[in-house]
Amino acid sequence: MSILRSVTIGQYLPGDSVIHRLDPRTKLLLSFAFIVVLFVVRGFLAYALFAVMVALVANAANVPLRMLLKGLKPLTFIIALTVILHFFTTRGGTTLLELGFLRVDSAGVLQGVFLALRLVLLVTATSLLTLTTSPIALTDGLERLLAPGQRIGIPAHELAMMMTIALRFIPTLIEEADKIMRAQLARGADFETGGLLKRARSLLPLLVPLFISAFRRADELAMAMEARAYRGGENRTRMKVLRFSSLDVWAVIVSIAAFAVAVLVGRLA
Amino acid sequence: MPIVVEHLTYTYGQGTPFEVRALDDINLHIGDKEFLGIIGQTGSGKSTLIQHLNGLIKATEGRVLVNGIDLTDKSANLRIVRQSVGLVFQYPEHQLFEETIYKDVAFGPKNLGLPDEKVKERVHEALELVGLDANTMVDRSPFELSGGQMRRVAIAGVLAMQPQILILDEPTAGLDPRGRDEILDQLVSLHERKSMTVVLVSHSMEEIARVATRLIVMHDGKIIVQGSPREVFTDAQRLRSIGLGVPQVAELMQALQQRGYQVPPVALTVGEARQAILGLSAKGAGGR
Repeated sequence: MSILRSVTIGQYLPGDSVIHRLDPRTKLLLSFAFIVVLFVVRGFLAYALFAVMVALVANAANVPLRMLLKGLKPLTFIIALTVILHFFTTRGGTTLLELGFLRVDSAGVLQGVFLALRLVLLVTATSLLTLTTSPIALTDGLERLLAPGQRIGIPAHELAMMMTIALRFIPTLIEEADKIMRAQLARGADFETGGLLKRARSLLPLLVPLFISAFRRADELAMAMEARAYRGGENRTRMKVLRFSSLDVWAVIVSIAAFAVAVLVGRLA
Repeated sequence: MPIVVEHLTYTYGQGTPFEVRALDDINLHIGDKEFLGIIGQTGSGKSTLIQHLNGLIKATEGRVLVNGIDLTDKSANLRIVRQSVGLVFQYPEHQLFEETIYKDVAFGPKNLGLPDEKVKERVHEALELVGLDANTMVDRSPFELSGGQMRRVAIAGVLAMQPQILILDEPTAGLDPRGRDEILDQLVSLHERKSMTVVLVSHSMEEIARVATRLIVMHDGKIIVQGSPREVFTDAQRLRSIGLGVPQVAELMQALQQRGYQVPPVALTVGEARQAILGLSAKGAGGR
């Protein structure tokens, strides 16, 4: 039960910090730029700089570091796998360890740690985006960014709407799953023991009601939207119009400067 | 099988910015064959409290003892406790999942590892207990039933575990008056015929006044009043101040009293109120 509650990906932490007040478009674009630079740049020094950037932004946004690291939990396995695979498969440098057919080279260790760091930075930076931007603002920003694409047939509004609804229902469905799980536990269900097949089967009493309720909710939502005469994209006005402020200009300037330094440092290494 | 709750405190999301104290130093004793009503506004902690009673939620502080077994103890066998403490959640029909009513009601007993014969016996008995005709119903899909019937099938699913204590969280929510009355009547008869301990959670004073022998009123995670319905409803002012109010008949008695009529301060049923009022007119206008 507590497993479901610990999901932090996509979670929003309400607040009124500088980072919270930035325009969602700015945050989206800068996050995207961060990811691109993260993949282009090489070298531990540059990555240390990125880590400092993430920590500074988290600090400015009043996001506790623990909360940020909790988002990494579901990825522990992937990160560990990356490290182990690189330890044993990447060749080069001096041989550190030899165990039968297994060999660990120094290049492998460096590469493994480097890629693990990349994953950690990737996840923490993107969680910062969702932690400081409400889902509504996020999809609103995305819609505006995609709007020019409408001319070439990208259904920007529909995509944004679908995303809004999906995000909106993640906590609802988690809560629902939690409730159904408890109800079945109260009837003596066992979700934890047994082999893979038995465990998969034991999920049926959870999944069937969950699907039924998801469909019911979808149906009700569609009806409620229709009852209020909802009709997609064109000519819709908004209550809150997104506007860039001087804050956004500063954020862009500071970020670009930091990215430039990171690229330079990466080159030198 | 008594339930004892000692200094129970529970905090949701401990250590996160979303920390909420849902239960605050709850002390409670539920004796054998009691019909306990728990009332409180939405968010007063009643649902959280009852989930502690069969170990679905672990207390942050304090203890919960069911028949002497401490549920907060790590080594406690919760499956045994969950079999003897049946818990019916809000909208229990949302947990139905099998193709036939039989299979769904049989889910609990099967988890107990009972032989097929016994399972069949229990399914039929449980369906009869909730007033459904087992012979014609067992092969139908639970999803083609009406809302009230679905709910009864779901309750039968818990009864088939043959618990000694039955806890229900708002079992009448969203039902029409007839469906509501049927469920309440069945609870009373379960309590009397099977001498089961019943704990009923509700925010409807009317409902609770009709069936419960003892009441606890919750507000903001605390028990603020407890006693017999008569005692609890006497303090109408207090109940109103936390947004609950008293049943209409009790309110009528209080209004009459305020105008100087000599009637008892609380009536729990319409029949009782009628008696009191007829008594007045027998005494003539002198009752005033």
